[in-house]
Amino acid sequence: MLLNDEVQLLRKVPYFSRVDPCKLKLMAFASERVCYNPGEDIFRQGDLSDAAFVILRGNADLLVNSGGNEMKAGEAGSNSIIGEMCLLCDAPRAMTVRAVTEVEALRIAKDCFFKVISDNPRISFEISRALAETLRGTTARVESTPVRQPAEAF
Amino acid sequence: MEKNLLRYIWNHTRQQQVWILAIVLLSMVPYFMAFDLPKQIINGPIQGEGFESPDAREAFLHFHYDLPLTGWAISFPGFQLDRMSMLMALSGVFLLLVIINGLFKFYINTYKGRLGERLLRRIRFELVDRVLRFPPATLKQIHAAEISTMVKDEVEPFGGFTGDAFVQPTMLGGQAAAALFFILLQNLWLGLIAAVMVAIQVGIIPKMRRRLIELGRQRQITARHLAGKVGEIVEGIDTIHAYDTSNFERADIAHRLGQIYKIRYDLYRWKFLVKFTNNFLSQLTPFLFYSIGGYFALRGSLDIGQLVAVINAYKDLPGPLKELIDWDQARQDVQVKYEQVLEQFDPPQIVDPKLHALTTTVTEPVSGPLCAVNLSIVEGSGARVVENVSIKIDRGETIAVIDNSGGGAEAFAAAIGRVIWPASGKITLGEVDILELPEAVTGRQISYVSADSYFFHGSLKDNLLYGLKHAPMSTVSYSGKDATARRWEVYEAEMAENCSYDLNADWIDRHTTSVLRGFSDDLKQSVLRALDAVQLTSDIMELALHSHLDPEENPTLAERVVEMRHALREELRKQGLANIVAHFDPHSYNVEATVGENLIFAATGKSPEAEREFIEHDYVFEILRIAKLYDLLYEMGLTIAENLVEIFADLPPDHPFFQQLQNLTAEDIAGYQQFLQKRKQAKGKAQITEEERRSILRLSLFYIEPRYRFGVLTRDIMDKVVAARDLFYTNLPAHLRDSVERYDPHRYMAAATLRENVLFGKLSHRSPDALTKVRTHAARVMHEKGLYESFIALGLSFDIGSGGRRLTLAQRHKLSLARALVRRSDFYILNRPLPGLDRRVQEEIVKAVLDFLREQDNDPTIVWVLSNTSLSRMFHRVIVFDHGRVAEDGTFETLDKESGIFKSLVA
Repeated sequence: MLLNDEVQLLRKVPYFSRVDPCKLKLMAFASERVCYNPGEDIFRQGDLSDAAFVILRGNADLLVNSGGNEMKAGEAGSNSIIGEMCLLCDAPRAMTVRAVTEVEALRIAKDCFFKVISDNPRISFEISRALAETLRGTTARVESTPVRQPAEAF
Repeated sequence: MEKNLLRYIWNHTRQQQVWILAIVLLSMVPYFMAFDLPKQIINGPIQGEGFESPDAREAFLHFHYDLPLTGWAISFPGFQLDRMSMLMALSGVFLLLVIINGLFKFYINTYKGRLGERLLRRIRFELVDRVLRFPPATLKQIHAAEISTMVKDEVEPFGGFTGDAFVQPTMLGGQAAAALFFILLQNLWLGLIAAVMVAIQVGIIPKMRRRLIELGRQRQITARHLAGKVGEIVEGIDTIHAYDTSNFERADIAHRLGQIYKIRYDLYRWKFLVKFTNNFLSQLTPFLFYSIGGYFALRGSLDIGQLVAVINAYKDLPGPLKELIDWDQARQDVQVKYEQVLEQFDPPQIVDPKLHALTTTVTEPVSGPLCAVNLSIVEGSGARVVENVSIKIDRGETIAVIDNSGGGAEAFAAAIGRVIWPASGKITLGEVDILELPEAVTGRQISYVSADSYFFHGSLKDNLLYGLKHAPMSTVSYSGKDATARRWEVYEAEMAENCSYDLNADWIDRHTTSVLRGFSDDLKQSVLRALDAVQLTSDIMELALHSHLDPEENPTLAERVVEMRHALREELRKQGLANIVAHFDPHSYNVEATVGENLIFAATGKSPEAEREFIEHDYVFEILRIAKLYDLLYEMGLTIAENLVEIFADLPPDHPFFQQLQNLTAEDIAGYQQFLQKRKQAKGKAQITEEERRSILRLSLFYIEPRYRFGVLTRDIMDKVVAARDLFYTNLPAHLRDSVERYDPHRYMAAATLRENVLFGKLSHRSPDALTKVRTHAARVMHEKGLYESFIALGLSFDIGSGGRRLTLAQRHKLSLARALVRRSDFYILNRPLPGLDRRVQEEIVKAVLDFLREQDNDPTIVWVLSNTSLSRMFHRVIVFDHGRVAEDGTFETLDKESGIFKSLVA
């Protein structure tokens, strides 16, 4: 897969869809292309957040460890970006991401990611929008969830 | 030491001085004979005196001497020779005398030289010996660089003076007295005039020179301070740069040089003024002879013949006199220098040399506890840091010492380590004051470590084993030339009263290692375990991996490393990790390496910059042409340039992404942009210079496909590059041949580091934790192949630089602790040995060190001054200092229960 192909794939990531391809090429160039075998961890819960990943090919599981048990919290497929939220708020990894199939990803290092964001207002706008949408989704879910009243004691 | 240099010289060279004086007197005989001989030759055979008739003969070697008072006579009739034979015989005698005189001179000069050099050696050794015996308080006030210039430069003139110290004044004094006596014989009154003038000269000149001596003293002190300052600048260079004070230092140096200049200039002026006066005074005497003598001669009261005789006799007086005055000048000069030096080397207190006596045998340990008795310690500033403390430390205890406020704990530990001498009270080991015990006892039975322990220039291993080098443990038996050389060495050392311990002997005392089970590997085990305990092993492994091993010096190890290389490759393959390393294979293209590296395919043993330069060598371009790669790579370079320009063109030059380009800068990109534009405008008809071509080719040469991902590296190019490797080597010019070592999977590459030799490939750009994975497997393979110890040994040969500066501060602290752990002691006094390490590491190390030392069978005492009070729970006993007094002393549990200072410190 060449740099130009990566750029094409990056454009399919919602954050980057409206960004000038030339900038994306720069970002792709400044990032590392990494491969993971099935079963390999891309990052682990609690690790320092040092990079965001864009999955170019393959699937990965998002796992959350609570009380010693790993629970699957979701999946990530090609063209999805992972690890960017923890990067933004400089928090440790909130979940473990494990490759299910062979995964090819673009590893965008922290400095690089921030530099690209600050150079392209478009991206920060897209990120804000994505965040807002997530937040709205969460609020909607909370609102639509019926609040269970404790059974009255007779 | 002796206060007067002349007396010092006399005391140490008395016999030699008398001997050389005798030789000098003896040498006078042929010297004066040679004076008289030319006259004899000219008057005799040449002018024919006594050879009036052709067959006249004269006696050769005829002499007659009457012994006075006895009436006996010694005589020799001589040989009868004719005129020609006489000429030849006398000329022969002349030649013989020339040779004899020359030999005398040669002997006298060498003898004096040797005398001087021996004295110089003696005095230097004595000075350094005194430094070794200085009490700690004195050492704190002196400047290392000043002391070294004193030992090296300031005593230097003493050597030159020694040879002449007594011979010169005796000879010259004799000559001058003889000359004066001769004048007196000729005419009493004129003689008295001469004597008065001499008296004036001898009286005034040295007085005038007093100023010279004072200036000389100032010059010596300022020069010494200059040396100290320069030393300070070198040592404090980091601080100077950190605070931008280099110009302040420049001003300081310039000011000092100005002072020195002024003093030296004054010195010159005085010197020549004195010279002028001296010359004037010595010429005044003849003036008096001419005027007064002449006056009386004209008046007829003085015989003219007498006057001429006096004037003739006088010409022998000024020479010796001047030299005598010069000698006196030199004497005063060295005397002042000597006093100056002595002042620094004569502290009021000095360690008795008996305490430093060499002890080769294992000293009988002084049994009994270590006690502080009414100990008070005063700091350099005069503050009392420990007051009236009495503590008893028994064998086998582990004691944590902590400070609530003040520096009592540290000072207490330092006093046990003899780094500070108590102001009152004492520390005793088995009832004896440790300052009165020989160092062979205290320096072995007690191991003291503090954060500012010093390292000596040398390898890590030398420094680690430094604590075992008390005395030569073996005698080296020399044979042949070496034996002669050694005998000479010992003889000369004794002549100068230096010590003659053999530096080539084995100084490592193998009976005092901490691990002591009677096996031959005790020393090795001690070292390895100590390094483990202080967590230095991985650092040393890292040093080993970055070091260069000489396969000619160590062929077996090199061979085994190559074995390990293959084993690691096999192991990675088995683990399904073959893809994380791209190995160097002579017959295939290494995709993780640059095109240039693939062509040269060699270890260059150089810095990356130098290697880059090598890749751009003319010869490389020549080979590209021959291999028909030149145009292909040029085309490839154009595409790379286009891509790079597209990506980077709009970025400001200081954009951090430019760091992604290892060999390119923003200016380079701009250059490529211009070039591409020019080419486009000319529509392929542009004149492209060789330089432009090369700059494009350079892009191709540094291209790595998995890194850049432009998709420009074709199969065809790769094959051609691999094929060009042989070509590159067959025609390699001789001067380049030595700087490259072609990759061969079955050979050790001397030009590459150990790590490169083990890996023998490039880590994949696409595997994010390739390094960690390779490390894990490599470590296992290394252990399996039994290479661990060899690698550690290689790491231990690392040169730590002056003062250990090539190590980090944390590494130095750990090394200093390890150095104490290697040796067997009854008391380990660890005075905040690990400041600045983080809590977790500190805790681990304290635990490991305690475990390691407790494990040994000598039941050592450990006294640890902790900076991290919470670690005190690992010790049996805790002593808490507060304002220089012992506030609490007890087991951790009892102190923890009481609600005293300790509780508040630990909580």
